[in-house]
Amino acid sequence: MDSRSVWQAMTRPGFSLSWWPWRSAAYLVSGAVTGSFVLVLIVLLAVAGGALAIVLVGLPLLAALALAGLPVARVERFRLRLVDPGPAPDPHREPVLPGLRPWLAVRLRERATWRELGYALLFAGLLWPVDALVVAVALFFPVSMVATPVLMATVGDGQEAKVLKQWTVTDWPTAFGVSLLGLVLLALGAYALGVAAGARAGLTRLLITPRDVELGERVVELARSRVRLVDAFEAERRRIERDLHDGAQQRLVALSVTLGLARLDAPPGPLADQLAKAQEQAGSALAELRELIHGIHPQVLADYGLQAAVADAADRTAVPVDVTFDMPGRLPRAVESAAYFVVCEALANVDRHSGASRAEVGGGHGDGRLFVTVRDDGRGGADAGGGSGLTGLADRVSVLDGRLSLSSPPGGPTLLRVEIPCEWSQLTDRAHRSA
Amino acid sequence: MESVDGSGPSLRIALAEDSVLLREGLIGLLTRVGHEVVAAVGDAQALLAAVAEQEPDIVVTDVRMPPGFQDEGLQAAVRLRAARPALPVLVLSQYVQRAYAAELLDSGDGTGIGYLLKDRVGQVEEFVDALRRVADGGTVVDPEVVRQLLRRRRDPLERLTPREREVLALMAEGRSNGSIARELVVSEAAVGKHIGGILAKLDLPPADETHRRVLAVLAFLRA
Repeated sequence: MDSRSVWQAMTRPGFSLSWWPWRSAAYLVSGAVTGSFVLVLIVLLAVAGGALAIVLVGLPLLAALALAGLPVARVERFRLRLVDPGPAPDPHREPVLPGLRPWLAVRLRERATWRELGYALLFAGLLWPVDALVVAVALFFPVSMVATPVLMATVGDGQEAKVLKQWTVTDWPTAFGVSLLGLVLLALGAYALGVAAGARAGLTRLLITPRDVELGERVVELARSRVRLVDAFEAERRRIERDLHDGAQQRLVALSVTLGLARLDAPPGPLADQLAKAQEQAGSALAELRELIHGIHPQVLADYGLQAAVADAADRTAVPVDVTFDMPGRLPRAVESAAYFVVCEALANVDRHSGASRAEVGGGHGDGRLFVTVRDDGRGGADAGGGSGLTGLADRVSVLDGRLSLSSPPGGPTLLRVEIPCEWSQLTDRAHRSA
Repeated sequence: MESVDGSGPSLRIALAEDSVLLREGLIGLLTRVGHEVVAAVGDAQALLAAVAEQEPDIVVTDVRMPPGFQDEGLQAAVRLRAARPALPVLVLSQYVQRAYAAELLDSGDGTGIGYLLKDRVGQVEEFVDALRRVADGGTVVDPEVVRQLLRRRRDPLERLTPREREVLALMAEGRSNGSIARELVVSEAAVGKHIGGILAKLDLPPADETHRRVLAVLAFLRA
């Protein structure tokens, strides 16, 4: 008796005597009851909403009608367990924000919501009468036939009984014959109930549980949220950079100016020496802060774009770097930023580990994608996964649907290549001028 | 009126800096050395208006300013130079990037231009000296930018000897021949010879000497 669904149960012996026909009957009976209730609800909402729409009060009612599928589907998924205990997950997404508006926005955009409304209408208009009919034909008719001798003994005073309110039976043998026929039909009806319940459950499952398409939608949604996360991270970088720049850095410069003025006025001696020392410390704090800010988000990247920022990174590299870039315009911020940080990390690795005497950074845009290469003539053996700092950058590139590949055989040379699909966000002559 | 730095008359300065703290500090400093701040504003639009109204001797501006906090100050400087190529402009930047310096030097004929790191302001004498040189039509590029550029060996500078590169770097900082000679402990004539070599190797034909110096510095920044 441990069949997983009514269909499985029907393939096994003893089905008629098991709980399954009764579960099927319970499923169909509860379906008929629920369905008739849904019909009343929908008709009431539609009539009231339609009538009151003129005075605008009805509009929320009509909106509620659009969402009527949600509770119906929820009850239906619960009822499904009677004949089909397999998992029937909720196809809806959780709204990201709390509150009624975001919830409504998510629900109204979901395909599942409209499919559930369709199911509710189908249920109210067609399915529940079918449920009721099947139960009547497969259960109540045979039962009432089986009960013919009892009816004859009680209601009919042993003289007569009406079978299914149609034919009159007047003698005991016929009554028992009808009763026997009823038992046979009841056994057949058990299968009919099983088939009807199984088919109904199948249809319900098809309409109101998640489909593979929605699984695909979820994957897309996940990818989108990853992009949003990267965007948020980028925005946070810029905010930190701005706060440091407009706050701490300006204060330090002002302090340095004040100290400089004090030095002008101080007589030569220990005081002037102390002031000079203080100013020197303010100066090194400024230099450190400048490097820190530059590492967070270089302003030149925002102002002049990738080409100038990469040229600047090359300036800061101890190993001589040749830059051959061809960028007649600006690319989306996230793309520029990811490509820039990859180049920076690669150049830092060239400085630290490669032992190279020369490096080359090349870049361009073609076939709808940005490509950037960093090559050095060092000893090779670099590993993108070996904590080189490139792993995180590879992840960032992949969020943008890009690819980062590294070729670094022992003995060199090392070649790093990044490709990110993107289009120009604007073309300027400024990137050319400033390079 | 003579300024207290003793190297020339007092300058009428238009100042643009959005940080109030630093603006007040700069006004104090410039007034202290005998210059006159005729306008002190907090954004690029106000700077353009103030320059039109006051006609200052020199403009001192920050790069990043409201409303966009990008390079509004620099763009304002470029616009001012387009309208009045001889207007001396000293740009103070929090960043040392040749992209900014190169764009600035491209404006006008490249003379009377300064691009300094804000840190230099604290070194009062150096700063006042640079301000004076820019006001006198000189070209001053921050030593930090020069230092970064020197680390790279690229065309067309590859043809220069190491000594010529040193001379060029000091030229970029806006030094006079005499000052370069003192720095490198050579004679002024030797500096003149090096400069001749640099100008020849960078394919800068003989013309007005000051202008060719600027072109050499530009070649250096663009290399």
